[in-house]
Amino acid sequence: MIRQDFKEILRLVRPGSRVLDVGCGEGVLLDLLTHEKQVDGRGLEISAAGVAACMSRGLSVVQGDADQDLDHFPDRTFDYAILSQTLQATRNPRHVLDELLRIADRAVVSFPNFGHWRVRWSLLTRGRMPETEALPLPWWATPNIHLCTLADFLALTEDLAMRIDACAAFAGNGAARQIDPTKAIENWRAESCLFMLSRNPAPVGSSTSTEPPAPSGDLFDG
Amino acid sequence: MAELDFAGQVLSEGGTWRFPAHSPLLLDSGGKLENLEIAYRTWGALNEDGTNAILICHALTGDQHVAGTHPVSGKPGWWTRLVGPGKPIDPAKHFIICSNVVGGCMGSTGPASINPATGQPYGLSFPVITIADMVRGQAMLVEALGVETLLAVVGGSMGGMQVQQWAADYPDKLFSAVIVASASRHSAQNIAFHEVGRQAIMADPDWKGGAYAEGKSRPEKGLAVARMAAHITYLSEPALQRKFGRELQRDGLSWGFDADFQVESYLRHQGAAFVDRFDANSYLYITRAMDYFDLAAAHGGVLAQAFAGARHVRFCVLSFTSDWLYPTAENRHIVRALTAAGCRAAFVEIESDKGHDAFLLDEPVMDAALQGFLSSVERERGLAK
Repeated sequence: MIRQDFKEILRLVRPGSRVLDVGCGEGVLLDLLTHEKQVDGRGLEISAAGVAACMSRGLSVVQGDADQDLDHFPDRTFDYAILSQTLQATRNPRHVLDELLRIADRAVVSFPNFGHWRVRWSLLTRGRMPETEALPLPWWATPNIHLCTLADFLALTEDLAMRIDACAAFAGNGAARQIDPTKAIENWRAESCLFMLSRNPAPVGSSTSTEPPAPSGDLFDG
Repeated sequence: MAELDFAGQVLSEGGTWRFPAHSPLLLDSGGKLENLEIAYRTWGALNEDGTNAILICHALTGDQHVAGTHPVSGKPGWWTRLVGPGKPIDPAKHFIICSNVVGGCMGSTGPASINPATGQPYGLSFPVITIADMVRGQAMLVEALGVETLLAVVGGSMGGMQVQQWAADYPDKLFSAVIVASASRHSAQNIAFHEVGRQAIMADPDWKGGAYAEGKSRPEKGLAVARMAAHITYLSEPALQRKFGRELQRDGLSWGFDADFQVESYLRHQGAAFVDRFDANSYLYITRAMDYFDLAAAHGGVLAQAFAGARHVRFCVLSFTSDWLYPTAENRHIVRALTAAGCRAAFVEIESDKGHDAFLLDEPVMDAALQGFLSSVERERGLAK
């Protein structure tokens, strides 16, 4: 079973492109991208066990973390930098986000939405930090030190003058739903969300820069 | 065609390769070595496509006997953990080459060899050599063995320096490169420890300015002390403590300077065993080559520039948490340069309390990482299913 957000990333990434997966874990997504999209993939992973698993898959993955190691990549090394469910665990998310779009033309970022109604409900009714499917651990055990809402993230992308090329929401195990992130209702409905970002103005020579992406189907199939 | 001389051995076993006449090894120092010989061993056979050759580069006191039995010590080769039937580097799959470095004392031309110009042993008239000189010699040997590209060049410690030098000087001959517990340059501390070792050798009256070959005795005491000091740097403080603590050799103290403590006895044994198989002048020359190593310096001070030609090479870098000789930071420095150069690099820091020597010891995570890396390299090279 392929994770729903991975499916969406597979849909968004151009075949044969250069991809960096930051926080790539055991390399499941990189492996999928390598085989299904023939990307030239690299990874960054904090755990030794994760890197070892990636190495046996034949992936070029370096042990390191987003906060410290992105700085060492030259400008525009990649077409895409992917940060999947990791932004909220970084020490300096603003810097990390900025770095992603320095080293890559596009950033694909997904994170749990702290504005989801279950989160708000838990705080409102129980006065306790939420433990949901997207945020399963108690507050004292979670690696998530910089949680944000969809609206918070949107504000940061504006602050950093980033363009939103695509945005999808996920809830439960359902398929990705293309959303307009500026609609307030989506900040209630999305359990987690995924953004594809680029710099303003859009990178040169990109086919999706002038028109919004197709709502469904592989962007680059036919 | 290069002339091959196998000293009575068959090809798959190795021997000594002589540089062709009128083809000296040109050295970084500006000098040259005539009639150079390189002692080497091989295991397995080169396949028809010539795609399965792996060169292993040895560390400071290592040699070409990476597997099999060492002819002097009678002990197993120094990397039988990784090299052998069923191991990540397997003679059934790979054509494995390992050669003694130039300046060494296990059959390759070094300070103990006869200088053809004088008919006497070189001693200190042997030219100062560098890591790049060693690699230049290896490249000629590899070519003479009929190998155009290496599936992998693999080395730990000083071997890892040679691997980096290969990537800088012969990237087109490489498909992948494995650097274990190494550094791209010697730190002040590295140089300092080597200087202690060299001074110990040179302070031994039997050293005789390096001209001890004619005399009856060799500077064994000095070389043993050099080995003892160096050996401490190969271990970690916790590993030493765990192994020896304050345990005594006998009941009670001697109230003198015998080896009361087990750690003293252990170091003395390490020193004594070392002098049987190593030449003091070789130790001076090889430690000097390591001290002089600074790959970035030869590339405008930018290490990434050294790797600029190696973007097609797959790199694997491994370090160990308790290695304070070539710590993770130094290995990460290499990785960052590889990244900046746009090379394909994998890097993992392995949890171990065994210090620098971990790369030679029982570290299953290292074996697994290397196995995984090499398997994927073989698949990419079309060697495996």
